[in-house]
Parts: sequence; C-alpha cells; structure tokens
Amino acid sequence: MAILIDGDTKVICQGFTGKQASYHMERAIAYGTQVVGGVVPGKGGRRHLGLPVFDSVVEAVTETGATASAVFVPPDSAADALIEAIDAELPLVVCVTERIPVLDMVRVKQRLAGSETRLIGPNSQGILNPGRCKIGVMPAHLERPGGVGVVSRSASLTSEVIEQISEQRLGQSTSIGIGGDPVHGMGFVDCLELFFADPDTDCVVLLGEIGGDDEEQAADYLRKTKPSKPVIGYVAGLYAPTQRRMGHAGTVNVFGQGGAADKMEALRGAGVTIAASAAEIGQTVRQTLRS
Amino acid sequence: MNLHEYQAKALLSRYGVPSPKGMLAESAAEAAAATGALGGSSWAVKAQIHAGLRADAGGIQLVASPDAAVKTAEGLLGRRLVTPQTGAKGKLVRAVYVEEAVGTTQELYLAVLVDRGTGGVALIAAREGGNDIESRMAAAPEKLLRLPVDLEAGLDEQAAAELAGKLGLEGGLADQAVAVMQAICKAFGELDASLIEINPLAVTSDGALTALDVKMVLDDNALYRHQDLAALRDVEELNPTELEAERFALNFVQLDGDIGVMVNGAGLALATVDLLKQRGGEPADFMDIRPEASRAQVAEGFGLLLRNPNVKAILVNIYGGGILRCDTVAEGIAAACKAEGLRVPLIVRAAGTNGELARKILMSQGVPVTFAGSIGEAASLVVAAAGKEAA
Repeated sequence: MAILIDGDTKVICQGFTGKQASYHMERAIAYGTQVVGGVVPGKGGRRHLGLPVFDSVVEAVTETGATASAVFVPPDSAADALIEAIDAELPLVVCVTERIPVLDMVRVKQRLAGSETRLIGPNSQGILNPGRCKIGVMPAHLERPGGVGVVSRSASLTSEVIEQISEQRLGQSTSIGIGGDPVHGMGFVDCLELFFADPDTDCVVLLGEIGGDDEEQAADYLRKTKPSKPVIGYVAGLYAPTQRRMGHAGTVNVFGQGGAADKMEALRGAGVTIAASAAEIGQTVRQTLRS
Repeated sequence: MNLHEYQAKALLSRYGVPSPKGMLAESAAEAAAATGALGGSSWAVKAQIHAGLRADAGGIQLVASPDAAVKTAEGLLGRRLVTPQTGAKGKLVRAVYVEEAVGTTQELYLAVLVDRGTGGVALIAAREGGNDIESRMAAAPEKLLRLPVDLEAGLDEQAAAELAGKLGLEGGLADQAVAVMQAICKAFGELDASLIEINPLAVTSDGALTALDVKMVLDDNALYRHQDLAALRDVEELNPTELEAERFALNFVQLDGDIGVMVNGAGLALATVDLLKQRGGEPADFMDIRPEASRAQVAEGFGLLLRNPNVKAILVNIYGGGILRCDTVAEGIAAACKAEGLRVPLIVRAAGTNGELARKILMSQGVPVTFAGSIGEAASLVVAAAGKEAA
C-alpha cells in the first residue's frame, strides 16, 4: 500500500516527446512504472519509447485507461495542459514543469476546485512508491519499501533525507514533492491526511522551507486532529536573508511571515518532532519510531 | 522583478490610478527643472531605489523652493541610502523622483497580491497605511481587510464598495476607492504582477484619492509575454555577481561570510547554509545550480566562488538526480580550477546519480579535494578548513 499511487497506477506523460520527458519516462518504465502512453498535440498516432502518442488527454485516457499523468510541458503552455488533464478527470496529475507564471497557476487552481483531480506540483520532483511506481524526476536508487511517508517542498532535500532514512535501515511508503511554487496543488495537509489513513505508513517526515504558510496550515491541522502517527519535521532557511527569492519562487517572505524559526515553532507546538539540523533528520526518525 | 516607484506609478496611471504629478531627475539641474515644469510651491524629492522605508532614512524629503530641491537632489544622488530593507551597504541613488507635494488628511493601505493560503488573488486594505504597516499588521492582523479577487471576472463592484465602507470612506471618496481597487486588480492581471501595493493611498486636503507611493513586483516567470515590461528592468539595482550567475542557470544570493557554497536544489542549498551556520561557519553565498545546468555553466558558477576574495574554503554539496548528474558538476569544477587555480580548501560531497564517477573525475584531474560522505561531515570539514585558514 501507499498513498495516491501503487503498482496498478497507469501513467501517461503530457509533453512525452520532449528531451526531459523522454529521459525521465524511460527511467520510470525501467523502474517498473506502468507507463501506457503519452500526449503531444499534433503528434497523435506516432509511437515514442515503444508507446502510443495521442493528441489529447481525453483520447489517451479512453484508449489506455490511464489514471495518472506526468506533465513535462514547457512553462508557457503548462497551465493549459494541466487544465486539459483536470477536464479529462484524471485522478492524479503530477507537474514537474518549473517557472510557470503564477497567475497561470491561479487559473489552474480555480479549475481544480471541486474537480476529481489531485494535482501534485508544479515544480515538483514527483511521487514515488518504492519498488512499484515512480512518476517524476527523483533519483530512486536509495528508496526502498518501508513505513516512512515523506512529504517535501524540495527535491534535492528529499534525496538527502531519503539517504539518511536508508542509513537507519528504514524505508518509505511513499515520497511526495508538493513543489516549490507559491501556488500549487496538494499541500502538506492533504498529504498528511492520506498518510494518516494509510495502514502502511508508520510515521511522516515533513520537509518545509521558508515562504508561504503550508507549514503553519499543517501545524493547525495537526493541533486539531492530534494524529496517532508521529510526524518528524524540518524547515530549511533558518539563516536565509528575508525578502529574497532563494531559488524557489515560493521562498519570498511577504509581511514578515514565512520565517523558518516561526514555522518550526508552530510545528513543534503541534506535536511535531523537529530535527535539530539537516544532518540529523534520519536519526530523528529512528529515535521517534523507537520512543 | 522589482520596479521603481516612478515606473509603477506610470504603469498604474495607464489604468486610471491617480498619483501626484512627478518627473524623474538624474541630476540636481534636472531636479530644479522639474520643480519649474511641475509648478506649485512645494515638492517631494524621492530617492529611486529598490527598497522601502526610505523616508526615515532621509530618502524622501519635502522641499519648498527650487534651490532646496537642488540641494536635496545633490545630497541624495550618487550616495548610498541605507534603509532597513537595503542591507548595511545601502543602495546607490542614481535618480530622484520630484513630485508635487500634496496635503493629506488620511492615509490608507491598499494592495493586490497572490494569496498563497488560498492559491488565489486577494485585495488587501487597511484604514491606516504608512511606513510601519508590516509590523503593525503583524501585531493586529484583524485590521487587515481581505477580499478575494476573480481576475477573469474582474473585481466585484458591490464587494469593493463594501470594502470602501469598511475603510471609512463615503460618497465620492468611496466611488474613487472602488475605481482604484478595480484598476489595480485589472493591472495586476494584465501585467502579470505578483504584488501591487499603494502605501499610502492618501485622501488629499481637497478630497481626492491619490497614490502617494507605489510598489510593484512583476512575475519573472511571465516576462516572456511582456517584452515591453522586461525593458523596465534596472540591472544597476542588482548585485553584479548575482546578475552574472543568472546567465549561468544558477540561483545565487551573495552573503557576507567566508565559506563558498555550491549546492543543487533550493531546499538542499538552504539546508546546507543553515547547517554551516549551526556548526559555526559563515556562508559567503547561497548558490543553487539549476537542474539543466551544463558543465560550462557549473564552471562559470564555481569561478564566482574562486574569484570571491573573502572565501577561505569551499563546500560543494551535490545530490545528483533529475537531469543533474554529479559528473557534470565535477567536470565543471575541474575546468574552473584548471582555468583559475584553486587557492582554498575544497570539500566535496557528491551523492546520488554518478556520485562515484564525480569523485573519480576530480581525482584524475588532480584537483585537491577532501571528500565527505555526508552533509554533516561536509559541513564540519569546511567550517574547520575555513577556521584554519583564518588562524
């Protein structure tokens, strides 16, 4: 078991024939993901990586029974691709694309409200259920099945933490990158809800960063629901200068909110065990599971 | 992308947002000429820099004669203005905006921004605008009025009128406020802004609304569809090293310390900088190599670290994945070291895709590297190395 995906998930790729998409979908197939085709408007009828290419998402879903899409469409047309996937009622859409204009994402977010679709990203490394399904761009060599759920705003920090978890001889149920953009699909709260309901997840690692209020929302949710599963947290950017965009567009603070120290304090107050530093996250997971 | 006050006001005036008449001056003589052209008997001389809280720092001064305008302009132009938002070194003032002075009876706050909590756009308003809005609103968040905005439908007139009422505006002033609210929402959508802030939106002594100061930030990711707006970018406001880094697919922010840092990925870069501080080190920069970076771009980025005279040790922390492979980074580092020479200790932690290959490349190229097996070990080694050089 896992959340959102498993060995039965059938994946199509929007923007399938692009260089990045080809590279990563080839690796997803090698990993064992059931990739069933791709969508590139105007290229329907061709084959790519041995799989059918369709002109539209609706057509791809009808022909292949796809349940998830990996979106690698360039930023100028990514929002339209996401809306197409939402309108096709795909249950899961994972958007890897970076640098989508924020007002385009506001439009996507409106369309998402009340829809059947769960959106991960944009600017996400994707989602991985070790040994069964990989949708995204993350390295998968260290991920292995286990009981730790990982939800993160940062791709490279997730890799770092997966390595630390593996060093503790633990594995993951699912790892999800919610993405580094200010307006995005699923948030920490959505993922926590799913992890708490998943019988195979024993604890959750939440990796935040400066900017926005996803961590504060998670803290509010945790304070109210008092979950039985432990949550281990870390928030990057304790010493980042304020008012500056630190790589991710979502890292700019507005109104003095979104500082790492405040986020950690909010999470700690909600019962989250905060790792003392980025080097001690794996150990903290191990200790939390022991206690 | 940040805009200057005078640019933001000019853009908003196209949407019908009133602001005092003003002219840009790059010399004291131009400031004097501006007072003549604008007419009237008193003016505000305002330093044009990309930072707020200028008034308390002397960056905004009222003058009552052309001579005083010249004197004030002379005092500001060519100087570095330090405000709480500029950092200790301040920002060089290269132009002043000379504006007709207006008497005000009330100062409001009005802004449009992307509300990250809801993923929508929101209009924000408060009865009391002014310099310290951020701290006052943090202390009393209930005074900040919020209205969700549907950009496609435009701001709802009824809702805007109610908001104007809550701001204490009546009659003609309320109508003007609704018009300003609708205008800035329209501008926000059409310009792909991420922030438009009028602070203060003043009620003048003759009973009209005027935008006394405007801050506007445009979405960098949307500039590709606004060539005209991209031209408003003031490169002189940016740190030259940061500007250079931008060309090499790097996210780079200059810091004040002595440990050069190169990391892939924003989150890992933030975490690495935090860890260095926690272990007693002082990072010289925040450098996040974007996934698509080529060997040549990594070499250019590493060159920035090698050329920083403050740097006493360098930490490279790479978690290969996505399309960024450790060997690409190693080749870039080796090329930069060959071209410019490595004069400080270099600690490399290379994990993930092709990490082992990266270590082999650096060793075979003869780059003197200390390899670390984990982020914790890497941080300890580089903090110690920087300390040793200092002693």
